[in-house]
Amino acid sequence: MANFAKPNVPQFAVDVYQNEYLPEGGREVNAIVTVTATGGGTVGGAVGAPHLYAASRGPSAAVALMVDCSGSMDYPPAKMRNARDATAAAVDTLRDGVHFAVIAGTHVAKEVYPGGGRLAVADAATREQAKQALRRLHAGGGTAIGTWLRLADRLLSSADVAIRHGILLTDGRNEHESPQDLKAALDDCAGRFTCDARGVGTDWEVKEVTGIASALLGTADIVADPAGLAADFTRMMETAMGKEVADVALRLWTPVGTTVRFVKQVAPAVEDLTGRRTESGPRSGDYPTGSWGDESRDYHVCVEVPPAHIGQEMLAARVSLVVPQPGTDSAQSLGAQGLVRAVWTDDVAASTSLNPQVAHYTGQAELARTIQQGLDLRKAGDRDGATAKLGRAVQLASASGNADTAKLLAKVVDVVDAATGTVRLKAKVAEADEMTLETRSTKTVRVKK
Amino acid sequence: MSQMPRQAALSKCPSCAEPLESGDRFCGACGYDLSAVPPPPPDHPTLAMNGAALPDAPQGPPATAAEPLPAPAPQTPTAPPAAAVPSASAAAPSPAPTPGVRFDRAPEPDEYPLQAPDPRVTADTAPDAGPVPVCVACRAGRVDGDGYCENCGHAQPRERDHLEQEFGPVAAVSDRGLRHHRNEDAFALGHTALPDGTHATVAIVCDGVSSATRPDDASLAASRTACDSLVAALAHGTHPQQAMHDAIVAAARAVDALAAEPATAREHAPHQNAPACTFVGSVVTAGLLVVGWVGDSRAYWIPDDRSPAARLTEDDSWAAQMVAAGLMSEAEAYADERAHAITGWLGADAYELEPHTAAFKPDRPGVVVVCTDGLWNYAEAAEEMAGAVPRDAAVRPLHSARVLVGHALDGGGHDNVTVAVVPFPAPPQGAGSA
Repeated sequence: MANFAKPNVPQFAVDVYQNEYLPEGGREVNAIVTVTATGGGTVGGAVGAPHLYAASRGPSAAVALMVDCSGSMDYPPAKMRNARDATAAAVDTLRDGVHFAVIAGTHVAKEVYPGGGRLAVADAATREQAKQALRRLHAGGGTAIGTWLRLADRLLSSADVAIRHGILLTDGRNEHESPQDLKAALDDCAGRFTCDARGVGTDWEVKEVTGIASALLGTADIVADPAGLAADFTRMMETAMGKEVADVALRLWTPVGTTVRFVKQVAPAVEDLTGRRTESGPRSGDYPTGSWGDESRDYHVCVEVPPAHIGQEMLAARVSLVVPQPGTDSAQSLGAQGLVRAVWTDDVAASTSLNPQVAHYTGQAELARTIQQGLDLRKAGDRDGATAKLGRAVQLASASGNADTAKLLAKVVDVVDAATGTVRLKAKVAEADEMTLETRSTKTVRVKK
Repeated sequence: MSQMPRQAALSKCPSCAEPLESGDRFCGACGYDLSAVPPPPPDHPTLAMNGAALPDAPQGPPATAAEPLPAPAPQTPTAPPAAAVPSASAAAPSPAPTPGVRFDRAPEPDEYPLQAPDPRVTADTAPDAGPVPVCVACRAGRVDGDGYCENCGHAQPRERDHLEQEFGPVAAVSDRGLRHHRNEDAFALGHTALPDGTHATVAIVCDGVSSATRPDDASLAASRTACDSLVAALAHGTHPQQAMHDAIVAAARAVDALAAEPATAREHAPHQNAPACTFVGSVVTAGLLVVGWVGDSRAYWIPDDRSPAARLTEDDSWAAQMVAAGLMSEAEAYADERAHAITGWLGADAYELEPHTAAFKPDRPGVVVVCTDGLWNYAEAAEEMAGAVPRDAAVRPLHSARVLVGHALDGGGHDNVTVAVVPFPAPPQGAGSA
């Protein structure tokens, strides 16, 4: 339901949560930076139900739907049928005027609709034609996801639009091209469009799907039961339709002599951005965050500053949001900025207290890491190691109030005592449960305020 | 720390036209106090120096003689140039402060097209914020709109880091000290004629309580309010002791009011505490010396002839209460880690406001030293304080205040230091340019 009262361009706000006090000789400054965009189209991301634009309002956008049509999609046949229905539901969710294309993915990528290297413009007629075309989809062939992404990139770049987004569905491993080919395709597509990735069934590789979503700044999830696909696709498309501004970068300025230890998105999910820095000027660098609708995300920034004397104060980092202009050095500023400070004090009570936000997200990041390590150890057959790690994960999830992750953990381990992290590995674990835990391990909850 | 919701009332600095960030309390370029509107008159000679060089000033070259070195570079702590020290001048209820010299010293020798300044005083009337201010810490970066260096990130000295004021026969100096990152002390000086034609001088010193929110605002509000209240009451003929009592009550109300301001809620302090400060003030007339206090800031009486000096105030502190109740000896009480916990303060969360006042009729001339614990920690006993006060304190109060601040800094400067030196008796003539 369109909210006409809101301007179309989202307003960004930056809030910084930190304990700025350092003891004598202290160097590490941690801060949680909450970025909130309001005034865009939807309440997207992790929170709330989206509200849609009226037709022809909102930014120009192009969407490519990539549907796995490999031979395995016919086992069981419901999978192909559900994928067709889900894609049709996504097409129905397209806002009028949005450019779109449907791609059938096997060991090669084929244009299903509209074809001819073009994009269709959504209206009642094209939506109907697209759904007709979907009926002709059938399973047969292999899986080479890199080729799907390259075709999507080609199609999406043919339109002059503000938002470019892909939705990718796969049910199997990327067996018909080398991991290097997929990596090269991801590197080429990164920054050109954003992409959500979904694995249907349980025969796909979690790290492949999460890797695609991570590289292309989208979400990853499992749809273990193909029947749930339509609802999930609709939701994804609604979120995509709510995006207002693309290619937003978190710009971090740090003073001379300061090292950036890490920059992580920590909510709604953990995503380490440290290695994705692009230098944007003296002492400042940009970290990609993708496209934004009405949403709020948290980032954990950790920098190491040169030590200073008691009583000194310095600016450890300045955080702002920009849209870098490709091909030039300039960037459009989105207004808001936050200051991360460092103040050296001999007041022990001040310098030793932990900021609750920093503590919370440090725990959430450890939770994600611990689950990953625990599952890896379990696959490797190290039951003791896996029990220790997953026990710690149960403890962290319980202490931080991350109920969703706690529930997923409880399907993989028998929880004896959550407070102490005492668990037993379940003898038999449904594959879907284990994959769900692995895929969603990076989901975080916010601090209760 | 939300940077977004703060709304700056001004889009640029009224003094130097530097663009401001929302939420700025001081101009990042010239240090102008943005809370002090309307802008004060163009001439603010608040850092009067009285012409004389200071061979025995605490440290540093003459240009920065009376200043400690809170910043790594021996640069003036009063942030870059231009404008004024509005808080100090605004605290003065009467116009016509002494003409003086400013300490805002650019690093390079400047051209003096008209007349060379007094060579003994190398301060100059710093450039009018024309050139972009350069960081005092690294000397390489420019200072951004938030008051930090664009190169090394160091916070630039703020206006309140070091304040000096000479007002008629009284003078005060306040300094951040060496261990605190901001100056939470404040002072205010006043001078007025009594209905009988004689004169009275007023000095107020307040020490913000660090564990509270916005302690610097609390001390500033208390000192200004009390000073204004006293000057007005004295001019109407109110007895000085009654006037002092009323002034403390007025100051307490001013600090209470801060607790309700949204700015208090904005600070993400780990423990929200109502703004609070201590208070000590003195009124000196031709024959009477009145002190008033709440908390552990003190006033000392130092006779010119060095007959025994005396402490005039009784701390509202844990140690003082223990001693007063006979539970501990003074040595035991002050050795306890709770010694300095204060039991009385101005602030919305004070248990009960108990303004203490006392009146004295000294039989000989001398000076009253009104100070925060940043000084008396280094000269606790009255005799020690007397030893630290220069002999000519009554004639050179500003110099003496600087010497006393220097004494605290030499001792370690662990806290903000604020000292007012008030000669007794008040001179018959008013606040001429001393």
